[in-house]
Amino acid sequence: MSSKTENMYKDTAAGAGSRAVDEKVLENEENAILSVRDLHTTFHTDSGEVHVVNGVSFNLTRGKILGVVGESGSGKSVTAYSIMQILAENGRVTGGQILYKGEDILKYNKKQMDSFRGEKCSIIFQDPMTSLNPTFTVGWQLREALQLHTGYKTRQAANARAIELLKMVGVNEPESRIKQYPFELSGGMRQRVMIAMALACEPDILIADEPTTALDVTIQAQILELMKDLQKKLGMAIILVTHDLGVIASMCDEVIVMYGGRVCERGTADDIFYRPCHEYTKGLLRSIPSAGNMKKKLIPIGGTPINMLALPEGCAFCPRCANAMKICLTQQPEELEMPDGHFASCWMNVKEAYEEEHNGKAGA
Amino acid sequence: MGVPEKIDTENLVELHNLKEYFPVRTGAFSTVPLKAVDGVSFNIRAGETLGLVGESGCGKTTVGRTMLRLYKPTGGEFYFDGELVTDKNIHRLRKQMQMVFQDPYSSLDPRMTVEDIIGEPLDIYHLYSSKAQRHERIMELMELVGLNAEHATRYAHEFSGGQRQRIGIARALAVNPKFIVCDEPVSALDVSIQAQVINMFEDLQKKLGVAYLFIAHDLLVVHHISKRIAVMYLGKLVEIADADDLNDNPIHPYTLSLLSAIPIPDPKTARASKRIVLEGDVPSPMHMPSGCPFRTRCRYATEQCAKEMPPLTDRGNGHSVACWNR
Repeated sequence: MSSKTENMYKDTAAGAGSRAVDEKVLENEENAILSVRDLHTTFHTDSGEVHVVNGVSFNLTRGKILGVVGESGSGKSVTAYSIMQILAENGRVTGGQILYKGEDILKYNKKQMDSFRGEKCSIIFQDPMTSLNPTFTVGWQLREALQLHTGYKTRQAANARAIELLKMVGVNEPESRIKQYPFELSGGMRQRVMIAMALACEPDILIADEPTTALDVTIQAQILELMKDLQKKLGMAIILVTHDLGVIASMCDEVIVMYGGRVCERGTADDIFYRPCHEYTKGLLRSIPSAGNMKKKLIPIGGTPINMLALPEGCAFCPRCANAMKICLTQQPEELEMPDGHFASCWMNVKEAYEEEHNGKAGA
Repeated sequence: MGVPEKIDTENLVELHNLKEYFPVRTGAFSTVPLKAVDGVSFNIRAGETLGLVGESGCGKTTVGRTMLRLYKPTGGEFYFDGELVTDKNIHRLRKQMQMVFQDPYSSLDPRMTVEDIIGEPLDIYHLYSSKAQRHERIMELMELVGLNAEHATRYAHEFSGGQRQRIGIARALAVNPKFIVCDEPVSALDVSIQAQVINMFEDLQKKLGVAYLFIAHDLLVVHHISKRIAVMYLGKLVEIADADDLNDNPIHPYTLSLLSAIPIPDPKTARASKRIVLEGDVPSPMHMPSGCPFRTRCRYATEQCAKEMPPLTDRGNGHSVACWNR
């Protein structure tokens, strides 16, 4: 590609793209309960600084379910942990803003953060066994959250509320369950207890980090139904982090697709599944078995998963992309708006837009 | 003991009433049998793939392991190529049946190079006459599974999950087996890598004519790779049928709910479909319900279900179901 065309691509991307983004950001921010802007998170390891999240931006709309999908190492969980500020000791947020109702929570002090966690925003984890304390009863752990954050200060009041919460998440015989230890419960029950704890303070935002990955399909269906019901009942917003496109399709209103610590594409669930605009999303959808390709061969994404220690200079997906161009090697694609709040960061779109324009003119 | 006459020579694998009970200590002197596999029978033809699905703890992995005698079966017979498998001939027969494990991280020895891992079965069965021949065969196997020759001197930890699984598959193929038990071979892999490995399994089958028992919990993956699918619940086979037939006309209530519980990667279908959400949890295999193990969660359950386990009966076209009421 000549440098002239390259510049043209850049202009189209920077011009059309960022202007659209600015307007959209303003419009969306009014409805957004949480908006993450250009988030960067790095981990300090023996092999060097690992840039796990590299400029992630998205808005979480009030009362909606936002799916975050990507493979292991794409930075989806770290994004969630960055919001909760529960990164491991060697990790820290190095840039960007996380705005909760317009306030940057990265500027919060410890006390403010403590009240943000739990009261405003809660998290449930993949493995309910390791995230519950094995040495205390379920009731003790529920009471802890209630007594710390809510008006249920006495043991009796907290106990009564704990039973109420367990009933709400569909735990049978809650009166006897609160005296049990986590090991006495099945995986699905433990996840219900985790959800009850997370909802104890009626947060505005629930972050669910692979909440059903450790569960069997029939139990997964129960938990997903429960989360949907509670979301409708309580009207909170959910960030659902998962690698399972099936879970995304059945749960989410909006979706962001991550690869190599960056957002490749974001839009409504229909945008992502029916009008994918990023080569990675397209590849991902082609590679999963579905009703349509049962008799056909799957089309895998070639190559091996990304090494976060050696991120490519250009597009992170470029080494595995079948349609990679020269520019993909050296320059990160800008986020470009496809119609109606559907954003993708892929040079292919710039190329297509350019070609369309060019051909259109040639035809006329 | 001679080979019974009923053996169908077209079947490579014939499993009759396989049982595997593990003793679980309940007190100082008492043990209770945990019936991990309780009377499972099926056949696999040469070059065919049988998918085996079920939830965790239903005994699907134990079936595979017991077939290869990694566990000593409590009861039942397993005929391989018309020959009854016993403790005495298992060493010889393992040259024809191999296994690929779920976790590509723990199933490869971290202190061995790739060449030694793939070469180990060749060493055990003395399948070469010279060092050069051994090396040549290893290179051939690595090429078969899509690994580069320069990978031979590396250690397992230097590879990604998908590549490790390729090493495990090359090791299984080293002895030219007719049958491979694949125990959740793709569930530890990322979605984008899964397709690579699934395609490889399919290509290898076409090229080498090897039969698979493909054990997995992901029904979409199993449906894609298998010709027939068997569904297990709490140690028992509840339904077995042609893959498309099972998907389109599931009969057993458990299969029905299992199929409806799969999250389909298509928002419109997902929104339109009504899930049959099963109530409750899988009962503990140590306190198995009487009769049909599924009756505690089944909406069709009747008195008869509590009394007797329904037999697996053929409903036509090789579609067999174990249910009294459907």
